[in-house]
Amino acid sequence: MANKRIDQPTGTPTVGHEWDGIEELDTPLPRWWLWTFYLTIAFAVGYVIAYPAWPMIDRATEGVLGWSSRGELAEEMSAADQARATMREQLARIPIERLPEDGPLMQQAVAGGAAAFRVNCVQCHGSGAAGSQELGYPNLNDDDWLWGGDLKAIEYTLAHGIRQAGDDETRSSVMPPFAGAFDTAQLNALTDHVLAFSGKAESNPVGARIYADNCAACHGIRGEGDRAQGAPTLNDAIWLRGSSREAIKQQILDPRMGMMPKWEGRLDPVTLKMLAAYVHSLGGGEDFVEVAEDPEVAVDEQP
Amino acid sequence: MNNPEDNRPPGERDWSVVVEDGIAKSNQPVSSAVADPAATTRRHEPHEPAREHLPERLYEPRKAVHNKRIDGPFRRFKWLVMLVTLGIYYVTPWIRWDRGPYAPDQAVLVDLANRRFYMFSIEIWPHEFYFVAGLLIMAGIGLFLVTSAVGRAWCGYACPQTVWTDLFQHVDRFVDGDRNARIRLDAAPWTWSKVARRAFKWSIYLFIGFWTGGAWIMYFADAPTLVEDFWRGEAASVAYITVAVLTLTTVTLGGFMREQVCIYMCPWPRIQTAMMDEKSLLVTYKDWRGEPRGSVKKAAKNPDRFGDCIDCTQCVQVCPTGIDIREGPQIGCITCGLCIDACDRVMDDIGRPPGLIDYATLEDCEREAAGEAVKSPWRTLLRPRAIAYTMIWAGIGGALLFALGTRSHTELTVAPDRNPPFMLMSDGSVRNSYTLKIRNMESRPRAMEIAVESLPGALMWTDTINRDEASATQRVTVPADLVRAVRAYVAVPAGTAAQQFEFRITSLDEQRETDVVETRFDAPEDE
Repeated sequence: MANKRIDQPTGTPTVGHEWDGIEELDTPLPRWWLWTFYLTIAFAVGYVIAYPAWPMIDRATEGVLGWSSRGELAEEMSAADQARATMREQLARIPIERLPEDGPLMQQAVAGGAAAFRVNCVQCHGSGAAGSQELGYPNLNDDDWLWGGDLKAIEYTLAHGIRQAGDDETRSSVMPPFAGAFDTAQLNALTDHVLAFSGKAESNPVGARIYADNCAACHGIRGEGDRAQGAPTLNDAIWLRGSSREAIKQQILDPRMGMMPKWEGRLDPVTLKMLAAYVHSLGGGEDFVEVAEDPEVAVDEQP
Repeated sequence: MNNPEDNRPPGERDWSVVVEDGIAKSNQPVSSAVADPAATTRRHEPHEPAREHLPERLYEPRKAVHNKRIDGPFRRFKWLVMLVTLGIYYVTPWIRWDRGPYAPDQAVLVDLANRRFYMFSIEIWPHEFYFVAGLLIMAGIGLFLVTSAVGRAWCGYACPQTVWTDLFQHVDRFVDGDRNARIRLDAAPWTWSKVARRAFKWSIYLFIGFWTGGAWIMYFADAPTLVEDFWRGEAASVAYITVAVLTLTTVTLGGFMREQVCIYMCPWPRIQTAMMDEKSLLVTYKDWRGEPRGSVKKAAKNPDRFGDCIDCTQCVQVCPTGIDIREGPQIGCITCGLCIDACDRVMDDIGRPPGLIDYATLEDCEREAAGEAVKSPWRTLLRPRAIAYTMIWAGIGGALLFALGTRSHTELTVAPDRNPPFMLMSDGSVRNSYTLKIRNMESRPRAMEIAVESLPGALMWTDTINRDEASATQRVTVPADLVRAVRAYVAVPAGTAAQQFEFRITSLDEQRETDVVETRFDAPEDE
């Protein structure tokens, strides 16, 4: 039995235990404090009635308010969608050629495109849109475009994809394999000639003749490429699959050609527009004038 | 609830004393002021204290404090402080301050939505929160300073809890009369007239509480607009919630809990007890002069037996926290000095010297008790600790003012893209991308020049300036009072090595404020 007593100087009872001469005062708590405890109990009862509280087998009891965290999330999502509705509507209405003129809308499109890019495109093009030379995924940051780098061309590529069977409008080009067509010396000469376009090797007459006969039709006399056919530019510093002699030789003998899914039907047109705006904004986007040969570039002058 | 109260009639002391081992033990609390100093150590003696059967007390019911009206120098000082503090609180949001068309014209405004804090000519952004932290540190050290110089003066005069409690106690007096009338009314049965009185009083409480909350929200939005929106029911719901919460807390804390807040809830008295020393000014009952207590009549009969205290309990009656200062310094004493006013008045009436209860340091008390001369109040204030606190306080204040005076209203931060770190362009040049954040802290749009420095051959363009206009410097306009993010693309000719370089931002106005950030240009390693 604890020996409770009054502490003489303070007039307060002790708890009745002593540890090496140290005793603890048992100061009674003020009454309002006690009320606060009762208040918390009342609050808890109210909470249990109003909100989900008791865990059952596969769900918790539903409070009378009907609140749930999932429901709240759904509400917030729909509120966010509502908030974007105006922007999406504007985007749906504006022809993509007119988009850059509307600065704020363009900004929103770029932001929305960045989000969509992270969901749909990073798997191949990488989170920084830098692509992969090893796998042949194009870098979207630079100013070299196989099929055109203005908003309209990018949107077209996004919509119809590249080399997609079953889409008549898909971007498509085929480079024939030249395996067996040249001997080693001819192949070396041709490789030299191709590298010479960008000053990486000495040109030579043998390579030049082979190039003129076999390659110039698509890639152009000076290797300038042709976007209408999707023939890569050979006279610039950017090589989709690498600029080493081995890489070029392999590409001549047994060309690898990439594919890109068509996103029309999988993503809505507004998202496609936003994606195009984002890719265009990465630093290499082109204006419309420069790509007059693009198939879909007929600019709608009536907004 | 099991709380058997003491069954003795209240106010009657149990004077019985148990003598054990030659030591007198009382069954009643003995004030630390009168207990002999060895009492605290007595428990340590190796003996079992006498067993007592104590009733268990689960809680301590509040004893209502009905403080009596008093007038005197300290009461008048309290009125003055109340007037000044409430005046500052209610008037400040209505002071206007012209900042031009792009910023609000309220002198003191905490603009949470736009994350700006305005105080007269000072505008603070969230990244400058160290100013606020500095102010809070100054407030803390200011409290230390005040405590070490004049004890719990903050508690006694300026603390909002004290000011509002004082206000509510005046309401009590206005509605129910002075101390005795209020005690009578408390004890009276609930008649209709009492109900009416209480309803009237509590609606005044609510009114005060409402205006307390109502003034608070004015600091967070344009006051005239907010008042209009508030009464039209168009203000943000957070405004109504804040007013409701503050009404409730004001009425609860100021109207009903009062001294309980100081005694049980507030941490500051505890901290202060650790900061007081023998040189801190305290409201002190000079027990060597006052004890033993005896009425004027008794003293007249027995001239040498009694001290100056006539046990009139005026000091207890006027106390806003309901303590007896004669028990010595205690946590409930907020040192408001009202007991000094009361006691001096009584001493004056009976022709004894004033100052039986007075502001004094413990050191002075000992000196005075021993019959020596006391220090002058100024010498009491000017002691090394108070001076050291003043210097630290002023030093921080000076440093803050210096930082405020020399801060730049233009700032640049640069985040280089890390993925991809660099980009080869079709003409062989190498491009890096950067996100520049240009901060314009002036309340007007400003043209700024971005320049790339120490990077030979560099050309820069941005998300809004096309590549065909690329150049080593670009000009952008930053909106008033905002941060503008600019995507900057910097390209250098083929063959440039990776290196450090600088972005420089210069405001194109008479201020010519500038900021330089060093960052890195990445390039392919094998080229």
